[in-house]
Amino acid sequence: MQEADRLMTVCNSCRYCEGLCAVFPAMEMRRSFSDGDLNYLANLCHACGACYVDCQFSPPHEFNVNVPKTLAAARAESYAAYAWPRALSGAFERNGLVISLIAAFSMAAFILGFAAFNDPNVLFGIHTGPGAFYKLMPHNTMAALFSAAFLYAILALVMGVRAFWRNIGEPIGGRADGGSIFQAIRDAGELRYLHGGGVGCYNEDDRPTDRRKLYHHFTFYGFLLCFAATSVATLYHYLLGREAPYAWWDLPVVLGSLGGIGLIVGPIGLLLAKAQRDPALLDDTSYGMDVGFIAMLFLTGITGMALLLLRATPAMGPLLALHLGAVFALFITMPYGKFVHGIYRFAALVRYAQERRHGLNG
Amino acid sequence: MSSKYDVLVIGGGNAAMCAAISARRAGASVLVLEGAPKFYRGGNTRHTRNMRCAHDAATEILTGPYTEEEFWDDLLRVTGGETDEDLARFMIRESKDILNWIVEQGVRWQPSLGGTLSLGRTNSFFLGGGRAMLNALYLTAERLGVDIRYDAEVVDIKVEDGMFLSAELRRPIDGTTEVSASTLVAAAGGFEANIEWLREYWGEAADNFLIRGTPYNRGSILKMLLAKGVHQVGDPTQCHAVAIDARAPKFDGGIITRHDSVVFGIVVNKHAERFYDEGEDIWPKRYAIWGRLVAAQPDQIAHIIFDSTVVTSFMPTLFPPIAGDTIAELAGKLELDPAALEKTITEFNAAVRPGTFDHTILDDCRTEGIVPPKTHWARRIETPPYLAYPVRPGITFTYLGTRVNKQARMLMKDGKPSANMFAAGEIMAGNVLGRGYAAGIGMTIGSVFGRIAGREAAKNARN
Repeated sequence: MQEADRLMTVCNSCRYCEGLCAVFPAMEMRRSFSDGDLNYLANLCHACGACYVDCQFSPPHEFNVNVPKTLAAARAESYAAYAWPRALSGAFERNGLVISLIAAFSMAAFILGFAAFNDPNVLFGIHTGPGAFYKLMPHNTMAALFSAAFLYAILALVMGVRAFWRNIGEPIGGRADGGSIFQAIRDAGELRYLHGGGVGCYNEDDRPTDRRKLYHHFTFYGFLLCFAATSVATLYHYLLGREAPYAWWDLPVVLGSLGGIGLIVGPIGLLLAKAQRDPALLDDTSYGMDVGFIAMLFLTGITGMALLLLRATPAMGPLLALHLGAVFALFITMPYGKFVHGIYRFAALVRYAQERRHGLNG
Repeated sequence: MSSKYDVLVIGGGNAAMCAAISARRAGASVLVLEGAPKFYRGGNTRHTRNMRCAHDAATEILTGPYTEEEFWDDLLRVTGGETDEDLARFMIRESKDILNWIVEQGVRWQPSLGGTLSLGRTNSFFLGGGRAMLNALYLTAERLGVDIRYDAEVVDIKVEDGMFLSAELRRPIDGTTEVSASTLVAAAGGFEANIEWLREYWGEAADNFLIRGTPYNRGSILKMLLAKGVHQVGDPTQCHAVAIDARAPKFDGGIITRHDSVVFGIVVNKHAERFYDEGEDIWPKRYAIWGRLVAAQPDQIAHIIFDSTVVTSFMPTLFPPIAGDTIAELAGKLELDPAALEKTITEFNAAVRPGTFDHTILDDCRTEGIVPPKTHWARRIETPPYLAYPVRPGITFTYLGTRVNKQARMLMKDGKPSANMFAAGEIMAGNVLGRGYAAGIGMTIGSVFGRIAGREAAKNARN
């Protein structure tokens, strides 16, 4: 945090990077930086790396200006600072381990649960037609369990972003206007600031590419499509009385398949890009958290796709358990892992849109 | 490295890379020798941020037209006539097309930065600053097949009768080698980082100068060329200097160590005495004179002193101001005589006449009855905490160079054009900028003459 404060003072007396992204114009609106300001700037940063490559004072220069790395570290600290309940903020330390343990435990629990409640003939049997999944786990149990996990995640995320919003905003607790929210949706949707001011983001060297942006789009829109698939399926179930599994051409399966492909291609691309990224740009301490979250998304995608492809075989039972385990783990770890980056960054973009429209105190 | 190149470019800044790209685009084989390591490549270009080009109409990033005639008037004014009119007007005409040409080489523009609105009509800013501009030029050059060597110090050049033959090159990794080429483009900057050379003109004062750019701007190529009979241009004793924070590093502090708070207070030397009218002129002229003024003071140190009422009137600074609750306490921290500083400030305060403060114009806030006067923006320094920035001369560039013609071809002492030697950038800036400075003009000189030098060198190599 101290280092972030020092850097913003250096950057504020230079300002060459003003056109690259939102961080520097937001910085210029301030002369000194509270912790809330720094958390805001840290979450506004998309880590495109352009300001590092373009900076005449980046290492080995003695001013040692490394904005992407410093803001990445501040960002990771901010996730823990706003976690709800406070008692669980420790989950962000050694987050990779926490996420893997929860994922493993969750998947094991579903496997064991299926085995305990089902006859082996049912577990490894072939089930097709409407309600096939529910032969392994009653629908209402499944719905209750996942609704509870999902609602808890929403509650924890809302409490976290509320704390963040209060901390970064002036006046305290101010409300966002519709125009700013719309602007932020556009900026987040197109990853406007993961673009090096127009040429693309920087990864392994000083040549800009748009790979990370592309794979992030795969991941993010893949996630949204899967979410849409689940939502449509829920409506089918309760409104139309149509039970899963559905035919391959049916909307939930089409959405889920496209989303699943996104959640396989995207995370692989992101992991590869991370492995090749210039170590100077990386915050080592958040490595486990970043990888843990990407791996969770990948696991969700790959188990879902496997389930779809093999749902008419005896593997369906175990695969369903694995997929449900992965999704359950994803839900309950959402507020305590890298997932929150999207929420806080979106809130920061709303704040930025608001500042640009109405000034700092608007 | 043993093969012979059509064009050898010595230097690695804006002028050098424009020359390399333009020669390569004209079909020549090109080798660039940059004396600095990769991170410090580009000389003073690293620290630049804009370029001054003539244009007849507003553009996406420029707020209005800046005609050739207006550009010429500005140049004439800042140089006090120390310019080659023919060459300068030619450069200004060529600068128009540079606005487009440089974009074709991958450089991106943006509107003027915060705090520089006064340049929004005349100067085009590089998106991401000078290093971003360099990165773009290097990527383009590499893509076109220009060979580039870093840490490549040229220790000698062979010239016969104004004709370049070869250069002797020393690199940490492969020792000394000889490079021959059909033509030479010298774009290796000035000697502002060469303290020993500066000492020849400034004496021991030079030891207290801070150098705003990298330590690699040593002028060794310039010295070799002049020794080989190239016609000299520009006053060797002169350099461009601004007041920068005394706490800045010796080299490469760049733009962020500058201070432009002079108008909001007073400036005293190590005897706690004022020595020049702090309210003489508006930015940017005042910005450009204070380096030389401080250089003329004992021990080349001065202190800008102001009070807490004006802190938010200027850009935030890298180094925080030094503060004291009383004048005496501040004097102690600055190692000034407290009684002397109190006397100076008391006399100054008593001399301030009432007026309406406006730092954007030459306002009517002035002093009466003290020497030197403060003719504008004079307000009492009376609200603690009292604040100060210690400043030293920050050397930006030197004026000494090689004479060239419109082909960017070097002229020899006897007035004859060199057979195959060209120059671009700061090494020949003295042809058009014999004195003074206008923001962004160094980059104009670099790009215009770099592009021409590369093209002409390629043509020369073919013949």
